[in-house]
Parts: sequence; structure tokens; C-alpha cells
Amino acid sequence: MAHLEIDNLCASYGNTPVLKGISLDVEKSEVVSLIGPSGSGKSTLLRALVGVTKPTEGTVRIGETTVDYRSAASLRSVRDSMAIVFQQYNLFQNMTVMDNVTIAPIKIKKWNKAEVRKHAAELLERVGLSAKHNAYPDELSGGQQQRVAIARALCLRPQLLLLDEVTSALDPELVGEVLDTIRDLARDGMTMLIVSHEMGFVREVSSRIVMMDKGAVVEKGPPAQIFDAPEQERTRDFTARILSH
Amino acid sequence: MIDRIMREIPRFFSASNVDFLIEAAGRTLLLSVAGCTIGFLLGLLLVVIRRTSHPALLPLRTLAIGYTEVFRRIPFLVILFLVLFAIQAVAPRASLFTIALIGVCIVSTAFLSEIIRAGFESVPRQQVDAAEVMNFSYLQILFLVVAPQAWRVILPPAFAFMVMFIKDTALASQMGVVELTFAGKVLSNKGFSATLTFGAILLAYFILSYPLTRLGRYLEHKLGSSRN
Ligand SMILES: Nc1ncnc2c1ncn2[C@@H]1O[C@H](COP(=O)(O)OP(=O)(O)O)[C@@H](O)[C@H]1O
Ligand SMILES: [Mg+2]
Repeated sequence: MAHLEIDNLCASYGNTPVLKGISLDVEKSEVVSLIGPSGSGKSTLLRALVGVTKPTEGTVRIGETTVDYRSAASLRSVRDSMAIVFQQYNLFQNMTVMDNVTIAPIKIKKWNKAEVRKHAAELLERVGLSAKHNAYPDELSGGQQQRVAIARALCLRPQLLLLDEVTSALDPELVGEVLDTIRDLARDGMTMLIVSHEMGFVREVSSRIVMMDKGAVVEKGPPAQIFDAPEQERTRDFTARILSH
Repeated sequence: MIDRIMREIPRFFSASNVDFLIEAAGRTLLLSVAGCTIGFLLGLLLVVIRRTSHPALLPLRTLAIGYTEVFRRIPFLVILFLVLFAIQAVAPRASLFTIALIGVCIVSTAFLSEIIRAGFESVPRQQVDAAEVMNFSYLQILFLVVAPQAWRVILPPAFAFMVMFIKDTALASQMGVVELTFAGKVLSNKGFSATLTFGAILLAYFILSYPLTRLGRYLEHKLGSSRN
């Protein structure tokens, strides 16, 4: 049984449909990547999963439970099981790195403060930021900020991690350090649904890839299929265009 | 003229006149400070209401927006008279000062609410989304994430408003509250030179508002160099 099961998910901004019946699933400890041209609805899909954009149709199941995005209790429990890192400007600018990472586990989940801080310190070490506990976000580079955002998401001990183009706002020389962090997580068995334009990385880290266009799934399959033998013309065009860059 | 002023000074600053002026300055100060404090708290409350998104709260939101928009557009003096006549109709024994205080709060609430709203909106939406998906409650988002970053945007215009507001309380003299401006009229009617009288009143306004200007500068400076 799939860990996350998305069936016929639809969402719109106002009257404009943006997701037109997305179905896909993610198994436990699997990394699934979403690729596709800009505006195809990848971000909206991730936002809909955590209920920032409300789905209008379709079902989402996590483990055994079906999510009801109109119920506050159900929404709270989805958000307990997933963590998301947005493309940019994630961090609370008024808090230090340590506070950013620990505020939700301590203040919202009411976990033991000392244990949370210890866990946070381990996570910050893991993303190479042990020296930055007391720094404020505006004192960090973009790559460092994104790694703090990843540590913050992990400190919530999510069952599923959603990453939305976490390297796209970064200077090329900073991309590597963030990708290394994600690679490590994949190796440790973290279940992830990621959006990325780093095709080499996507190919290497994903067990399956979902190609989206205009709010719909064009094709899904293992990396070898998507990159070497795509069934759809649009997939071939897209990967060819991106890889030639 | 200078001669006349010099001659009048000892009599002008007689104990009873000074007491009278201090009492009047106290009323101006109280109108300003209470007006701004209450206005700030109620203004904040309106913003808290305006930023909700639950469909059931739509009527409250509309009311909060309507209030802010309407009371920022009516002349202060008109509001004071409206409040005067409305309150005197239901509570004829209410003191003029209380009535003026209510009028002053109605106006400051609208203006400060708008200043607070703009400040809160200056905090990037992504941080609010991030907090929301971490299950922060509505009020936790406002007071742990948004407000601490908004103060530095809110304080400069809020202080500018308050300094201006001290002068505007002079309008309460029009409805008979014996605050500084009214006191000036009383003294000049007693035959003191208008230059002397209103010179003294001017000085009193300056003494009341200058510390506020300094405090505003100090806070701006402090907020500019630290984060909280
Ligand atoms: N806040 C918004 N309001 C209105 N339309 C939006 C908003 N965000 C995204 N869209 C539109 O929704 C579509 C999908 O956007 P998005 O999910 O961001 O695509 P992607 O992440 O694949 O680039 C686009 O056409 C975009 O213009
Ligand atoms: Mg996107």
C-alpha cells in the first residue's frame, strides 16, 4: 500500500483550473520527482497537498487515512505528517537559525525542549551549519538559508518531505551543497516528493519521475524511461530542452 | 509690545494661572496618550479581525474595513460633534472630557489600524505560509512571526501620527473641553496679550510632543540596528 496516494486531485486559482486531475503515489522511503515546464502546476500540487491551496476535487490518502481539507482537524494531522520547503523566503527573519528550527517542535508540538534542541543541533551539523546557531537569516547566503529550511522541516520528524525547487533561487556554486543534503536524506530512507530542474540530480536520486504539463500528468516512470525512452513526445521535448542547457 | 509682554509676565505666571495651564496641559496629554494607547489596541484588534479568512467572519471583516475607511475620511471636528450630540442624547450628564476622549479614540483607532495593517502586510506572505503548514495557529502566526517583523515598519508612521495627534486634540476646545488651546482663549479673554498667551501655549505643546519625537527617533534607531 502506497504511503501517499493522490487520486484525481484538482485545484484552481479563482476560476482558473491549475490542477486537472492529478493521480500519483509515493511509497515509503521512495523519492518521486516532479518535472515539467514552468507553470505546469508542480508548486500548486505541493501546496495543495499541505492545504495552502485548497483542492477542489479528488482524494489524498496518507497511509490509511483520507484527508479532508475542509476539516481543521484533518488539515492539522496532514500538516503533522508532512513538511514542505518552499522555493525561497521560507525562514522567519525575526528568529535565529536555532529558533527557526526549533520553534514549531517546541511551541506547536510541545515536544521536550532539550531534546528538540539536541536534535536541531544534529540536523544543523548534518547540513553543515553548526557554526550558525545564533545567526539571523539575513546573515546567511541563499544556500545556507535553504539548508536551514531543510533542517527546520526535518526537525518536525515528518513522514513525508516536500521540496519545491529548493535550488532554483541559488547561485550555481551553492546548488551543490543543497543537493548533497537531499542526496543524504534519500540514502537514509526519507520519503520525498520533490520538484527540481536539476535533471542530472533528478535522474540519480529518484526512483520514479512524474512529468507534468498544463496541470496534468503527461507520463510517469523510472528515470531510465523518462530520460532514455519516453513514451510521450512532450516528455522527450522537455528533457531534451532542459538537458541541452 | 515687548514692553507690555514684559510687564504682564509676572501676573501671567501667577500661581493660579500656572495651575490652570498645567491642568489644561494635563487634559491635552491625557487625551493624546489615552487616545493613542486605546487607539493602538483597538486598531490592532481591527487588524486581527481583518486578516482572518474564515467565511463565517466575513461580516466582522467588512465591518472592520468599513470602520477604518469611513473614520479616516470624516473631518475630526465633525466626528467630535457627532459623538457630542449622540452621547448627549443618551447620557446628558456625561462629562465633556469623556465625550472628547471617545471621539479622539474613534479617530486614532482608524488611523493607527491602517498603519498597523500596512506594517503587517510588509511581512512576506511566504513566511505566513511556512508557519501555517507547521500548524501555527492564526494568533501564533500574527504574534510570533508577523508582528515582531512589522514593528519597525509600523513605529515611524505611528509616532508621526501621535505627534500630529497631540496638535489635533486642540479641536476638543471647540466642544468646550478646557485643554491647552481652550485655556489660551480663556487667558487671552482675561486681557492678557495674545502673543504672550499663545506663545506660552505653543511652548506647552512643544514640551508635550518633543519627548515623543525623541522616543520615536530612539526606537527607530534601535530597531534599525537590531531585530527585535
Ligand atoms: N497565487 C496564484 N494566483 C493565480 N494564479 C497562480 C498563482 N500561483 C500560480 N498560479 C498559476 O497557476 C499555474 C501553475 O503554477 P505553479 O503551480 O506555480 O507552476 P510550476 O510550479 O509548475 O511552475 C500557472 O499558470 C500560474 O500562473
Ligand atoms: Mg513552481
